[in-house]
Amino acid sequence: MHKLTMVVNGQQMTAEIEARTLLSGFLRDRLGLTGTHIGCDTSQCGACMVLVNGQAVKACSVLAADLDGVEVTTIEGMANPDGSLGHIQQAFQDCHGLQCGFCTPGMVMSTAALLAENPKPTEDEVRHSLEGNICRCTGYQNIVRAVMAASGQDQGTKATAHV
Amino acid sequence: MYDFNFLKPTSVADAVAALIDEDAQPLSGGQTLIPAMKARLNAPGTLVSLTGIPELVGVCCAGDTLVIGAATTHAQVARDAAGYFPGLAALAGQIGDPAVRNRGTIGGSLANNDPSACYPAAALGTGATIVTDRREIAADDFFQGMFTTALENGEIITSVRFPIPQASAYAKFVQPASRFALTAAFVARYASGVRVAITGASENGVFRWAEAEAALSSDFSAEAISGLSASAHEMIADLHGTAAYRAHLVGVMTRRAVTAAG
Repeated sequence: MHKLTMVVNGQQMTAEIEARTLLSGFLRDRLGLTGTHIGCDTSQCGACMVLVNGQAVKACSVLAADLDGVEVTTIEGMANPDGSLGHIQQAFQDCHGLQCGFCTPGMVMSTAALLAENPKPTEDEVRHSLEGNICRCTGYQNIVRAVMAASGQDQGTKATAHV
Repeated sequence: MYDFNFLKPTSVADAVAALIDEDAQPLSGGQTLIPAMKARLNAPGTLVSLTGIPELVGVCCAGDTLVIGAATTHAQVARDAAGYFPGLAALAGQIGDPAVRNRGTIGGSLANNDPSACYPAAALGTGATIVTDRREIAADDFFQGMFTTALENGEIITSVRFPIPQASAYAKFVQPASRFALTAAFVARYASGVRVAITGASENGVFRWAEAEAALSSDFSAEAISGLSASAHEMIADLHGTAAYRAHLVGVMTRRAVTAAG
């Protein structure tokens, strides 16, 4: 067993874990943070994307034991303190950047990593930054619009969805 | 995946000592090894993480050589090498996706020697030197076929030394599902001549395209190799492309790389 210390969504925690515990399993099964979705579980789909020290990482492809001392942000850490949707989440809702929503936590986390590094990305940069996130519903158009809107560049393209 | 012992040393010496155990394997970014372990294709008794060793991380320019620590992530190379060796930085920025680049390392990629990986093309295409805990290995001697290298059991890469070319570029035909190279070419021009390395195409892994190197060394232009075609012999054939298709791509991607290098 390995002793693990992490700051998850701003809260310090410690745990004893098996070496083989993946970050995705640790977050979901031990901490109950089930917003981090396990889609393919083969590091293809990006539904399990979280931030590790601010960088996008697929939680299904990293050992929790290798992350002792880091800061992790999950989708549960993206809402505003009062529980309302954070601005990236709100942009996804406004632009209808999801259909079934399964991939959305990963999309939001990749967006957070992108905008932290590049606050005003071009559409090409958005698409490049989402190459590790697969959505099987939307065709990506409204996801890209949501990211552009979240960066304050909505250019009147939001709310194109049919309701 | 099966459980294992996990060690995270903070020095190369401690890592090498831990890897004397025959059932131990090094773990770098884990973007290949962990999925393989989850699929039970690999089940080491002990994993020795190399991500907690400061001396293995960093990009440093020394004259006409760029030295990259083995545990440096692709994302860091894409960022920190751009001012010294833009062809290499651009290659690093095309590996996988952002999350893979945030974890995957140059040493891990070279040690794995996936036949479709990007970094082997840069190492072979520049005549880089692979530095390990015990010796230095020329790239021409390092790659020994699909998933096979000159590394001994327990030997770890500590850094890679790239001679910085006058001009270089990497042209990659992406296999969009895996984001590996379906076929890709790294071209580098030096005062002494041109080197061309091809990845993703051969069943024997990364290789140098000697005919193109000879033609480009006397005339560095896409036209100089327009009449050359690579042989389909021992090219990879799978559902993504036939051997003949990959052989064709060798020429196409090499010409694109030459044009991009300018």
